[in-house]
Amino acid sequence: MTKDECKQVVLDIIADIAPDEDLSNVKPEVRLRDQMQLDSMDFLDIVMELRKRHGIEVPEKDYQQLASLDSCADYLTPKFDALTGKS
Amino acid sequence: MKLSRIVITGVGLTAPNGNSLAEFRANLLAGVAGIQRREIRYMGSQLAGVCDYNPQKYQTKKEVRVGTRAGSISIYCAREALADSGLRWEAVAKDRVGIYIGCTEHGNVETENEIYNISKFNYDTKFWSHYHNPRTVANNPAGEASLNLGVTGPAYTIGAACAAGNMGLIHATQMLRLGEVDLAICGGVSESIHTFGIFAGFKSQNALATHADPLKASRPFDKARNGIVISEGGALYTLERLDDAQARGAKIYGEIAGYHVNSDASDYVLPNPTRQAECVRAAISRAELASRDIHIVNTHATATPLGDIQECEAIRAVFGEGCPDTFINNTKGYIGHCMGAAGALELAGNLQSFDDLIVHPTINVDDLDPLCALPGLVLNQPRAVAKVDTILNNSFGMLGINSALIVKRFVP
Repeated sequence: MTKDECKQVVLDIIADIAPDEDLSNVKPEVRLRDQMQLDSMDFLDIVMELRKRHGIEVPEKDYQQLASLDSCADYLTPKFDALTGKS
Repeated sequence: MKLSRIVITGVGLTAPNGNSLAEFRANLLAGVAGIQRREIRYMGSQLAGVCDYNPQKYQTKKEVRVGTRAGSISIYCAREALADSGLRWEAVAKDRVGIYIGCTEHGNVETENEIYNISKFNYDTKFWSHYHNPRTVANNPAGEASLNLGVTGPAYTIGAACAAGNMGLIHATQMLRLGEVDLAICGGVSESIHTFGIFAGFKSQNALATHADPLKASRPFDKARNGIVISEGGALYTLERLDDAQARGAKIYGEIAGYHVNSDASDYVLPNPTRQAECVRAAISRAELASRDIHIVNTHATATPLGDIQECEAIRAVFGEGCPDTFINNTKGYIGHCMGAAGALELAGNLQSFDDLIVHPTINVDDLDPLCALPGLVLNQPRAVAKVDTILNNSFGMLGINSALIVKRFVP
């Protein structure tokens, strides 16, 4: 999985959990919380949807890795690759 | 102690046959019911009263997703009531507002949804939603309304089975009289069509209606009645002390004249006509009226074979002969049983009789059960009457809770 594909996975989840947000111009380097209405329960939603849809586990100590799209991609892409057997 | 006079100054509602008081009333006078078939999880097609208000009128998509149906109905009804009241909401002291919402039950819907959800994941509870607790706490519907409205006064629900709609108004009256709040948003809501358990429970009890024609399925007092049609809905009112309402020149729908709440202490599900009659008599007495002074009696009758007969027995005991100006109706033929919303919605359906002097009928009575025959029963066609100065609203619930509320024409 490329990092861009990984960002799209996260954006797809955000589109469902924050349906009022315009996601056409999300800045990947900026914290998600600073550019849209997301609270701690929403981040738990992201964690839950990663688990449900993709079998990805994000332990609580790593929640900060989900702060921005860039950090999501850095953190999650290896996990997706590990799932598919790609190193 | 002289009690403050409490008046109704706004109404917001959603019913299976109308999303405003005007639409609801028009349909009650035109005989338009709102029952349809609906797929219920595990049970297939069932009869239900479904509301089609637009949640997005007052909620973001995210609020709807995160919240509950009961919360959404509460928000819609509260906002509609406030708009109807003419209050300048931005100028209202939010810490002096109380939200009191009656519910038959709360939490079944979300619990069933989560169990269904984890059934897709081999019942692994790590897939259980972190929203489950805020969605299922018993105060959820009122709490969601407080969040949406920015109300910082007391906001909670009142669990009173199917007597709950009346209880919202009664409790609000008490809190206004105690000076706990200056404005009450009160009534009842129901999300019950979203839980299969309510359907399955009534079915196991042999109390779930069946009929080839959904619009004929809910038929209180008819010989062929065979049970309850479960519905969702809500009706919330703004209640104020009379002096506050008059000071701002508010439109006044009516005045709370009296009420009573009691308990059967006799059975889990079977009604008790003796206690029901006691409840109604006590409400009439508190209103300083006599039975003959009641002009409309809106019955609770849910179209169960036994329950309707027992309520009629209670009404016969209180009204019987000597009440030529008393007319009796029922609203469930149109909208089914809106559970926690029933009492509040059914009152709303009659409220405009003060103005139009018409009693809406009980519909779907093709063959009146002689055991339900009562003097003054208005069947199938609206009845124009000489005067409507008082409305008695009956709502009874499981575990034997009875409530009777009397609203009278406002006379300064």
